[in-house]
Amino acid sequence: MIFEAHDVACGYGDIRILEHISLTVESGEIFCLLGPNGVGKTTLFKSMLGFLPLIEGGISIDGADISHWSVKKKARTIGYAPQVHTPPFPFTVIDVVTMGRTAYLGTVASPGKRDEEIAEEALDRLGIAYLRDRIYTEISGGERQMVLVARALTQEPQILIMDEPTANLDFGNQVRVLQQVNRLAKQGMAIIMTTHFPDHAFLCSSKVGLLQKDSFVIGDAQTVVTEGNLRHAYNVDVRIIEEDGGEVGLLKSCVPIVRECPCKANDTVVAV
Amino acid sequence: MNLAKSRKRSDELTADARGSKRDFRLGHGIAASITVVLAIALVVVMLVSMTLGQYSMSIQDVVGAIAHYFFGVTPDGYQDVHETVIINVRFPRVIAATFIGIALASAGASYQGLFRNPMVSPDLLGASSGAAFGAAVSLLMGANPLMVQVTAFAFGLFAVGISYWISNIVSRGENIILSLVLTGMVVSSMFSAFISIIKYVADPDTKLPSITYWLLGGLTSIHMSDLPLLLIPIIAGLIPILLFRYRLNVLSFGEEEARALGVNTKAIRALYIVCATLVTSASVAASGMIGWVGLVIPHLARLIVGPNYKLMMPVSALIGGLFLLVVDNISRVFFSVEVPLGILTALVGAPFFLYLLAKGKKSWV
Repeated sequence: MIFEAHDVACGYGDIRILEHISLTVESGEIFCLLGPNGVGKTTLFKSMLGFLPLIEGGISIDGADISHWSVKKKARTIGYAPQVHTPPFPFTVIDVVTMGRTAYLGTVASPGKRDEEIAEEALDRLGIAYLRDRIYTEISGGERQMVLVARALTQEPQILIMDEPTANLDFGNQVRVLQQVNRLAKQGMAIIMTTHFPDHAFLCSSKVGLLQKDSFVIGDAQTVVTEGNLRHAYNVDVRIIEEDGGEVGLLKSCVPIVRECPCKANDTVVAV
Repeated sequence: MNLAKSRKRSDELTADARGSKRDFRLGHGIAASITVVLAIALVVVMLVSMTLGQYSMSIQDVVGAIAHYFFGVTPDGYQDVHETVIINVRFPRVIAATFIGIALASAGASYQGLFRNPMVSPDLLGASSGAAFGAAVSLLMGANPLMVQVTAFAFGLFAVGISYWISNIVSRGENIILSLVLTGMVVSSMFSAFISIIKYVADPDTKLPSITYWLLGGLTSIHMSDLPLLLIPIIAGLIPILLFRYRLNVLSFGEEEARALGVNTKAIRALYIVCATLVTSASVAASGMIGWVGLVIPHLARLIVGPNYKLMMPVSALIGGLFLLVVDNISRVFFSVEVPLGILTALVGAPFFLYLLAKGKKSWV
């Protein structure tokens, strides 16, 4: 499967937020999207999922333009795991995950036994079967993120789009979510995800896109996540540290340089 | 080895959420049969309700009178007076109370899912205040009861139509839910102001009391001839509400997620607004303003069977019917002067809602 965005321009109404965005993701690949706040990552995601009409360009799956696909057909092809949130009602985890089957149901049907089994398989696959009967609004943020991934898996998609799957998670849960993302890719899923941590690109990506106001750099993590690029994108000083991890191979990490600030203590954060 | 590893990982993932436990909900088998139990209970309570009143009757008398009127059979012990009491007074009233309860509770449950907010009631988009305005106008003009019902129904639909139309203009495709809620508030208070104007100009000796009494809500004047205009819209609205109810689960996760999961959100939202408006306007047109049913009953249903609309919607509808029927019985049997239904539902509903809030979990509100 090849997911392709070709020379996409997107935004709201006539206001263009991004232009000339092209990218391809194949089965088994992880595309990791980096970029500062407000640069248009969410807008790009909304456009790729079809929530926003494209201003220019096209998005295709295996060469077929998806803009005229029905909502149902899109949902059967593209799985979406949003950021962790709290729904208004205390659904059980199995109920939430089974909702991933909606696109496969008849117009007035409710999910049946088979749908519930597929949901259970998804929970199993992510190692969270023990959450089955718990209340979604009462489990931890890390667990909820995994449940949302499980729900996206029950859509039986060919590509999985994840909006900041590591946001609001503690350090351990972030790593565990990244491990699962790597595993899913190994099993053949194409994955597109955003993150605020350049480190995650080293841990979990086959391609990295660095989105900035004036440019969009794509490549592998080694060529895109560089001191120069990060400095330019985020306007902070960064060093990239390498360490020989022995059996786990080369470890790379981005370390920001926090200098004694000559400015006043109550200086406001730069709004981008 | 691998299994042990993943087990260990699972344990770590749970560690920070160990406090919460399996909740109070019924098991699936019991939960499903609760619909059947409630349906039977509703029919029984309807029959029993028809025995209640100044003229006392047994259930056989009630069944006999209904059988004679609808099917022309004459059972043992049948008396004309039974049929007169049942068909002229109690049957229409019991049917009306039951269906209005069903309508308001399922419209409330629909709106709570649609607007992703458990604090929403079916009059959110102005159905009640629009209908009340329509009724007030025709009462002011001295129209007959059927005319009052028709104008109330028409203005209920009209008010929601305005809310929906304006919100579509205001939202420009973004934040549709919020603009609907806000325009609904605006339209509701506009119509409330119009009602106040009408009350202000109405003759205080003749017109004003009848308007005020109508607004308090009640089923005193329901006759057989009023039932079609009540039942047809309610049944027409209820069928889609029940058929598409699973989609409300998905919609309660928000517009974009629902679309990503394959729901045609625009169509489903429009369908539910139309159907909920249909049943609410028909109810308000027949009975006046009856508050709290649409807010409290879905909460009670959620407490018993959980929030999944697959089960929650029918349970909510049935409990709504039972609730309003029982309250109407209280209003008509237990007081020497009949207390308007709207007052009683508020007196029962409000404290009960507080109780649910106090007893319920934080995640509800």
